[in-house]
Amino acid sequence: MMSYVFLGMVFLSVVFGFLTGRMGEVSNAALDGGMQAVTLSIKLMGAMCLWSGVMKIAERSGLTKKLAKLLSPILKLLFRGIKPDSKAAQAISMNMIANFLGLGNAATPLGISAMKELSKVSLETGTASNHMVTFVVLNTASIQLIPTTIATLRLAHGSAAPMEILPAVWLCSALSVTVGIFMAKVLAKKEEPCYAKHR
Amino acid sequence: MRNIADCIIPLILCAIFLYGLLHGVNIFDSFLEGAKEGISTSFGILPALVALMTCIAMFNASGALDILTNALRPICEAIGFPPETIPLALLRPISGSGALAIYENLLSNYGPDSFVGKVASVMQGSTETTFYTIAVYYGAVKVKKTRHTVPSALSADLTGFLMSVVAVRLLLL
Repeated sequence: MMSYVFLGMVFLSVVFGFLTGRMGEVSNAALDGGMQAVTLSIKLMGAMCLWSGVMKIAERSGLTKKLAKLLSPILKLLFRGIKPDSKAAQAISMNMIANFLGLGNAATPLGISAMKELSKVSLETGTASNHMVTFVVLNTASIQLIPTTIATLRLAHGSAAPMEILPAVWLCSALSVTVGIFMAKVLAKKEEPCYAKHR
Repeated sequence: MRNIADCIIPLILCAIFLYGLLHGVNIFDSFLEGAKEGISTSFGILPALVALMTCIAMFNASGALDILTNALRPICEAIGFPPETIPLALLRPISGSGALAIYENLLSNYGPDSFVGKVASVMQGSTETTFYTIAVYYGAVKVKKTRHTVPSALSADLTGFLMSVVAVRLLLL
């Protein structure tokens, strides 16, 4: 699926670049994109190391186990068959908490470690398990207590009530997450029946 | 509110270090061990990032966004979706920094308390950079077949975009 997304974007860029006569810019951008990715990954490496290190401490001290227990009602609902004291459940909980608190920099490394744990218990390497799909969908939707970036920008642009949008954001997030998870569950049943038994 | 947000990260770090120390964990060694894994993770996601960001850069440079916006304008006007926010909705799933730039632009052109400004804020706040997340998360565990991830995630995004307009009309007007 991601292959089609990539192809689609490159194809659209070429067609529209040709139509708008901006092929030169597109060409430069193609060469520049990879460089930006390297810069970004080096920028991210600091946060990645920081939160992976913090996660290790939280794990060894038993803190992640406690948090996973706290979130176990949600985990049971979304990831059936994952034991609440498993490493996967712990990593998922930490990622959820980071997302909820709006710590985007922490959520990504924690999410990746959750993906690694989920891939360890997956039946097939190279193919997403149902749990992985649910988890990624959960992360592509935004569940945030306080969207700080937006509130800060609104304030900077002279909003009289920068936080006024909060209830609307919560409502939208909740609905979009619900739809995403619902679709993930429905489509999971339609595809590849061998996954039905997958725990 | 901003002050509370500023406190979160330092407090969390402090709390976790303290908790670790109280539970007899060698926090410095553990930190280093975890941080080392962070380095390999960063390199692990690099191929996916290069692929994604090359596409995004090409897409942005091609002017495709303007053309798609114009193509979608009549449909959006028909359903009461503010056409000014179409570029934001189109770019939001693919590029976080691109979407943020458009969002800021909308705020300065229309004002944060205008209808467009409010819809854009709710949109920006209730959705995520979908393709970045998919590419990075699956890239890290070398999953090639993402199965139904993309359709599920995009249906969530679409819900978020449409509901932002509904929510602003219901709650904020």
